[in-house]
Amino acid sequence: MSTAAIPYTVDARPDTGLNNVKLGIWLFLSSEVMLFGSLFAGYILLRTGNPAWGAGSELLSIPLATLNTIVLITSSVTMVMSWVAAMERNLKKLRLYMGATVGLGAVFMVVKSFEYAAKFEHHHPPSYSTFMACYFTFTGLHALHVLAGMCVNFYFGFPGAKMMQTDPQQFANRVEVAGLFWHFVDLVWIFLFPVLYLLNFGPPVSH
Amino acid sequence: MQHIDTAEQGDPHLHADLKKHVRTYMLVFGSLMVLTLVTVGLKYLHLPTVPAILVALAIALVKGSLVACYFMHLISERKLILILMLATVFFFFGVLLGPTITELNEINPIH
Amino acid sequence: MTDVSTHAHPETAAHAHGDAHLEHHQLGFWRHYVFSTDHKMIGIQYAFTGLLFLLFGFSLMMLMRWNLAFPGKAIPLLGKILGDTRMPGGSMLPEFYNQLGAMHGTIMVFLGVVPLAVGGFGNFVVPLQIGAPDMAFPRLNMFSYHAYFWGGVVMLGSFFVPGGSAQGGWTSYPPLSDILPTGQTLWILGMLFLITSSLLGAVNFITTIIQLRAPGLTFWRLPFFVWAQFVTSFLLLLAFPALQAAGIMQLMDRVAKTSFFLPQGLVVSGQVLKVSGGGSPLLWQHLFWFLAHPEVYVLILPAMGIVAEVIANNTRKPLWGYRPLVFSVLAIGALSFVVWAHHMFMTGMGTVMSTFFQTTTMIISIPSVIILTCLILSLWGGSIRFTPPMLFALAFLPMFGIGGLTGLPLGLASPDIHFHDTYYVIAHFHYVVAPGTLFALFAGIYYWYPKATGRYMSTRLGQLHFWPSLVFINGVFMPMFIQGLAGMQRRLYDGGASYTHTAHVLWLHKVISFSAWGLGLSQIPFIINFFWSKRHGALAPANAWDATTIEWSAPSPPPHGNFEVQPVAYRGPYEYSVPDHPGDFFPQSEPGPETVSPIPGTPHPAHA
Repeated sequence: MSTAAIPYTVDARPDTGLNNVKLGIWLFLSSEVMLFGSLFAGYILLRTGNPAWGAGSELLSIPLATLNTIVLITSSVTMVMSWVAAMERNLKKLRLYMGATVGLGAVFMVVKSFEYAAKFEHHHPPSYSTFMACYFTFTGLHALHVLAGMCVNFYFGFPGAKMMQTDPQQFANRVEVAGLFWHFVDLVWIFLFPVLYLLNFGPPVSH
Repeated sequence: MQHIDTAEQGDPHLHADLKKHVRTYMLVFGSLMVLTLVTVGLKYLHLPTVPAILVALAIALVKGSLVACYFMHLISERKLILILMLATVFFFFGVLLGPTITELNEINPIH
Repeated sequence: MTDVSTHAHPETAAHAHGDAHLEHHQLGFWRHYVFSTDHKMIGIQYAFTGLLFLLFGFSLMMLMRWNLAFPGKAIPLLGKILGDTRMPGGSMLPEFYNQLGAMHGTIMVFLGVVPLAVGGFGNFVVPLQIGAPDMAFPRLNMFSYHAYFWGGVVMLGSFFVPGGSAQGGWTSYPPLSDILPTGQTLWILGMLFLITSSLLGAVNFITTIIQLRAPGLTFWRLPFFVWAQFVTSFLLLLAFPALQAAGIMQLMDRVAKTSFFLPQGLVVSGQVLKVSGGGSPLLWQHLFWFLAHPEVYVLILPAMGIVAEVIANNTRKPLWGYRPLVFSVLAIGALSFVVWAHHMFMTGMGTVMSTFFQTTTMIISIPSVIILTCLILSLWGGSIRFTPPMLFALAFLPMFGIGGLTGLPLGLASPDIHFHDTYYVIAHFHYVVAPGTLFALFAGIYYWYPKATGRYMSTRLGQLHFWPSLVFINGVFMPMFIQGLAGMQRRLYDGGASYTHTAHVLWLHKVISFSAWGLGLSQIPFIINFFWSKRHGALAPANAWDATTIEWSAPSPPPHGNFEVQPVAYRGPYEYSVPDHPGDFFPQSEPGPETVSPIPGTPHPAHA
């Protein structure tokens, strides 16, 4: 038994029932909850403390954001199907579903960039109002997470899929963990969407 | 529910279990789509501020729970993880938001 | 990995250095020293870098002390080196004083103490103490160190940009921090790196402690040091993201001209700022202190852990009140999240919030006192060995006592009206962190140096380091209480010389400054000792201090993978002076009858 090998990287530890990566990713996700949670808390404090907040949602495109919501939710399904493929040791299926997940992520980013471009065109940059500041910062940070997830998923779907031959269970675990991150990113959007796009109505403030 | 991630590849139960999972995922997908359309549709009802916020957040909570429980396997996960996430949510709501809202209420009462 | 070798002999003789190198498969310089994934090397990297930053941050303060003792007077040599933008004619500009102040605080807290206490001691000791071959995620560990290191480089780089470094205090309050020169942006970028480093490190520590404990090592058999690091990691994990979010918002304010923290109609240099307004400076304070209060417990808990280990070992007795200690550290962890606004009593807070935070702040003092009491009671009836680590650990006790007790008036809103932002606050928190945490960290260095190097540090140099440091450090911070009581404000570059109400305590600045420079000189024996002992220190056996915890059963220094045979824990961590057992200690991983530390006043299980 090599003392340099770290236990429970693949197999679950009996008393906790977890392997290391799974515990690790949930811990990381709890810190991400606090990160996005702090942003939400800031949003609430700014909005309720500022009677001149004004309508923000009117400046945004609800159809595009609804499309993006559907895109992300679908990508969550394809992500979990990639995990099923990894569990079944089915390389072709894995490539299909991972490709779909990354592709849908790309669609999300493209729609987002159209949205951002339109904002700047209409002279509504982040500095326009506190609402736009929140909009750009929250969705921007979220988009960075989408990008990170896309890179990880692409790696596991394509160059890194070799591991399915050499160490299938560890590979499936890693795909599951990548999936957990991806679902979390979807989860954040599920809250961002109504808060930013659907709940900011009221008389607009003249600038 | 058997812990799929520790099952062996040749396990005959594995494929049956995965098929059950896939059915669940499709059901959840359908529910999420419906709820998304409901959320957007509700906007056009033009509810007053407080009910609108509560309903929108309630729907978001349901959608989020579906993603967490089924896509993220939280419902079949070890208690340890569930406790960790509940504690985190408690910390966020009870701890960061609570006193901050209390302060706000003294400055700009929402009633 | 569940193989339990019952004939394991953990007390294998100390391997010669040669064996240890063979196990490294001949790693090149870069993989061995720069991009190592071995927790011991990473721990040493953190410790070394942290100590260098501590020295640098201390030097910044020694420079500030000149201006406080002799306001406006030219500094002999340094004035020319630092140039006219900072010290025209050798005399310090107020802007430069503010830079020194802000960077002293930031560097000491984020680049010095936490990396040394958590990154250094945590990384090196925890896997060894739990009988693991390494941390759960070695490559993530390496990444964490580099995130810290390069974040530190960015921070230091901020001194060299036009306008100088951050200069709005380590707390970076807006609106000021939103309008300061470029150095402030670099501060934010540096913080984003550092926070990422700590978050990933926390994930690593928690996973390691939960998953990689040796067989037989239940949570109730963990050394208190491991418990302390465990709770500390949760604080880092859940509190740091708030500052990450705030940092991102401040970055947006500065770079994208948003108004997260800028109210409408803000006037800067006679002109109304052209921003959208609608922001709240208080939002920054809430988010900042949501992190920064748990952060101070991050500063103290590892230190308490170290003191506990050193005391148990040097009294040859089990720790008094192991269970109260554990419950207290858990309580501190949980409560530390609900006290943050006691830093904000002077912001126009309503009575409901004020009452809530005063109450929670008073409550959190209880587990802190319990921990201090248990550590003090652990001395009772012990056979005390006054080794250098023990000297520092003993000094920690009254120093932390002073620091903790002086915090109480600050936690109550009415006395805080008088004390907020005065030198009293500076004295309070420095007592906890400087003769408190820093002394505990020194104790840890003297204690674990033999494990890392196979040699003891010199006792004589250790005493030469300890005694003058103890005297001078009190000379620095005790007078500050008096100045604070007189109403002297903090962060004034002339030390309050332009106010009449503090004229009668101005002379104390000279006492403090000379003590500070004396404190600086007192570190020279330590620096010499640290390097000299690596080659010339007395050789130490694997179990250098006849200690019980599992790290002492590994060779000194431990090879890659730490243990030749997986250790098993058979008993509690502090089985000293066990009746009917030969010698005055029973190591945790030595096979034999299972024993449990007796509750004081009741017969030992062996006699029951």
